[in-house]
Amino acid sequence: MLRITDLEVSYGDFQVIWGVSLEVGAGEVVSLMGPNGCGKSTIFNTISGLLKSKAGTIELDGQRIDNLPSHEIVGLGLAHVLERRRVFPYLSVRQNLWLGAYNPKAKAHRDETIEQVFDRFPRLRERQDQLAHTLSGGEQQMLALGRGLMSRPRLLLIDEPFLGLAPGVAKEMMDMIASVNATGVAVLFIEQNVQVALSMSNRGYILESGRMVLTGKPEELLNSGEVKRIFLGG
Amino acid sequence: MAMSQTPAGAPDSALEAARAEPLHPPMTGRQKILGVVAAVALVAYPFVFNAPFPQHVMIMIFLYGTMAQSWNIMAGYCGQISLGHAMFFGIGAYSSAFLFATYQISPWLGMLVGMILAMAAAAVVGLPTFRLRGHYFAIATLVIGESVQIVVQRWDFIGAASGIWLPIVRENQWANFQFHDSKIPYYFIALGFLAVACLAVRHMERSRLGFYFRAIREEPEAARSLGINITLYKSLAFMLSAALMAMAGTFYAQYVLVVDPEVVFPLTLSILVLLMAVMGGVGTLWGPLLGAAVLIPLSETTRILLGGTGGAVDLMIYGALIVMICLFKPEGLIGLVRHWLPSHAVKKEAGHGDA
Repeated sequence: MLRITDLEVSYGDFQVIWGVSLEVGAGEVVSLMGPNGCGKSTIFNTISGLLKSKAGTIELDGQRIDNLPSHEIVGLGLAHVLERRRVFPYLSVRQNLWLGAYNPKAKAHRDETIEQVFDRFPRLRERQDQLAHTLSGGEQQMLALGRGLMSRPRLLLIDEPFLGLAPGVAKEMMDMIASVNATGVAVLFIEQNVQVALSMSNRGYILESGRMVLTGKPEELLNSGEVKRIFLGG
Repeated sequence: MAMSQTPAGAPDSALEAARAEPLHPPMTGRQKILGVVAAVALVAYPFVFNAPFPQHVMIMIFLYGTMAQSWNIMAGYCGQISLGHAMFFGIGAYSSAFLFATYQISPWLGMLVGMILAMAAAAVVGLPTFRLRGHYFAIATLVIGESVQIVVQRWDFIGAASGIWLPIVRENQWANFQFHDSKIPYYFIALGFLAVACLAVRHMERSRLGFYFRAIREEPEAARSLGINITLYKSLAFMLSAALMAMAGTFYAQYVLVVDPEVVFPLTLSILVLLMAVMGGVGTLWGPLLGAAVLIPLSETTRILLGGTGGAVDLMIYGALIVMICLFKPEGLIGLVRHWLPSHAVKKEAGHGDA
């Protein structure tokens, strides 16, 4: 469904992503892991069109999407839930969700989708008229995820869905991501905790200093000495 | 008055007043009465105060209120601080003045031409500058605004530094948009223009467009990632804002009947308009009007009482007031009004739990 080949990205003259290739199949859950500052979010931002790539290709269902504007990419069925949630703090929960259904295809089904999101996240239904900044961290993450679902994506990119969440809330969030995936939405997500990430994915990729160093199924990665070297040093 | 009834906590930032605005409960009976009283007072005012000066002060309040409202669309709602708004005022003033002085085209038509030109200018200025964020956008608009003034000062075709003097015409006053017997027609036209600006903002605030503007102001990256074409909506905000500014420009040209680059394109005008909106309360419907209603009488009074002393004492008082507002009421004067109005008292009560 998503195929990235030899992607290179730079900020001005400073190149941060070097020849990265990555694939997500239909209905898969794939994790992208790596230490801080290795370029995970940069890859996500490039996929969703917030950044331009320098070289390489990004295809969604065989169609090139690299360097398309973000609003066209969203229309093709890809939603990106940004790092640190980025909800609109002074708009209500409902208004935040409405904004997620911006593209014309999603807008036509807006009321129907919002009900589905409320069914999935009953807390958001309870708090639909509250301003987003008054929600707890976990609720804001639900809102960010719900807002992403409003565009009715077939592929969901989630950047650090468990960042700053209490363990119990993180567990809840994992179940929600799994339930979204169960409806046929492919998920590509970023997570620092290898154990957590692999426990919920079909495959994982490990990035180090802008280069893809390892990829494989959870059991292969967990048994690899290389993973320990990357995350623990030595 | 559109008061918010959000369950949010007490204001914790300068923009809280602005940002808490989006929910719109219907007007209360008290607010309706207040509205009717205000409307009657505004209509009666020029007949009660029949001297030119009090009428002039109100006309200036309406004119600057229109401009502050225009700036508010761009900065208050869409979050893009422009320091070059005078250029649109100048474009409006020059378009109608030039067409009237040269081709005797009615200033009303000239005003439409000016508004269209200002929108085109906004689109052209926006194209390269919308990539810039925050201060960088502000600086870019400042530089462009200044450059436009310098160009106009040297452009002989439109009168260069000496500007354009509008021919005095005594017949067909309404068609020619000049009134020599009384300021009352100017008073009502300015009031009408202000109403147009306020209705435009009110409509925008409650429409889809208003949501997109606020989303861009609050989290531009998130707005983009959701597929909102932020360049398009910034352009729309800038064009709408520019058109209202140009409308005010034509009014000014017809009111004083002379335009020159120093008076209609100066940086000080851009700053003054910004100050009114910020002092009153950005991102709110009533804030910019409040700012104009306080600052204009203040500047007119200090100018008359103290302006002749040679030391620009009026500007010093003006500055001191602005510093005080920044220190004690950073969300603007609208914060004070909300504090006093009963509908807000209820909100405060409800908000205490979260505060």
